[in-house]
Amino acid sequence: MGIEHVNGKKVGKILLYALSTCGWCNKTKELLRSMGVDFDFVYVDLLDGEERERVLNEVERWNPRGSFPTLVIRDQKTIVGFQEKEIREALSA
Amino acid sequence: MNFVGINEEDVDKTFQRLDTEARKGGYNLNTDVEFTKNLVRGYLRNQQRYGYPSCPCRLASGKKEEDLDIICPCDYRDPDLNQFGSCYCALYVTDAIRDGLAAVIPVPERRPSRMERAGMMAAKTSAAGTTLTNLPYPVWRCKVCGYLCARDEPPQSCPVCYAKKERFERFI
Repeated sequence: MGIEHVNGKKVGKILLYALSTCGWCNKTKELLRSMGVDFDFVYVDLLDGEERERVLNEVERWNPRGSFPTLVIRDQKTIVGFQEKEIREALSA
Repeated sequence: MNFVGINEEDVDKTFQRLDTEARKGGYNLNTDVEFTKNLVRGYLRNQQRYGYPSCPCRLASGKKEEDLDIICPCDYRDPDLNQFGSCYCALYVTDAIRDGLAAVIPVPERRPSRMERAGMMAAKTSAAGTTLTNLPYPVWRCKVCGYLCARDEPPQSCPVCYAKKERFERFI
């Protein structure tokens, strides 16, 4: 369990914090997949105990509401929610 | 999305039940059936792992008393329907979206953050509720849809939105 990797075109570090049950998280993941970019994702609901706490603190650092999906691009930009246009723009830059 | 132990028959049955309950109460499920069934899968997965169907788009703690506000339909559905036209997950939509007159847009998270919730829990245990002592019955309010009833205890489930008894608060 933990971080999973999807191979694709390298555009910098892309990390998606998601829930395994969430429709918008799933759409965001499918968008990244369809764009063919290299990215990591983690299903926070599948983590337990200290690991969950640690990852959740990380999510809240990027997105204080702690909601999902939270997409962190190149350790700089955070996009919260399935914002297709914003995600496409950020990743084509 | 597919989860172990959740078959398509369960998904269809739950989808039908939620659809029926929604219509009876004046609500609508999202008409994008494929998307909606995916949410139903998440709903059933949460029922299976937590024992209650918490919102598939939010992280549940697994402790029911901390997750009551996000048991579907959540406490935030109606304000989000009013403001954005759908609930946070877009499981429920307004008539306008159902009829294709408006589109689903991303709904920002309305639920207070973990830290805010911890503060609210602490405040709740210290604050006393409003009471009018000369009423013959207490008045109970459904925190999901606002339904009010005056009786000794809340009903087993809300007649409007089907939220369970534990989702009621003493209003007066």
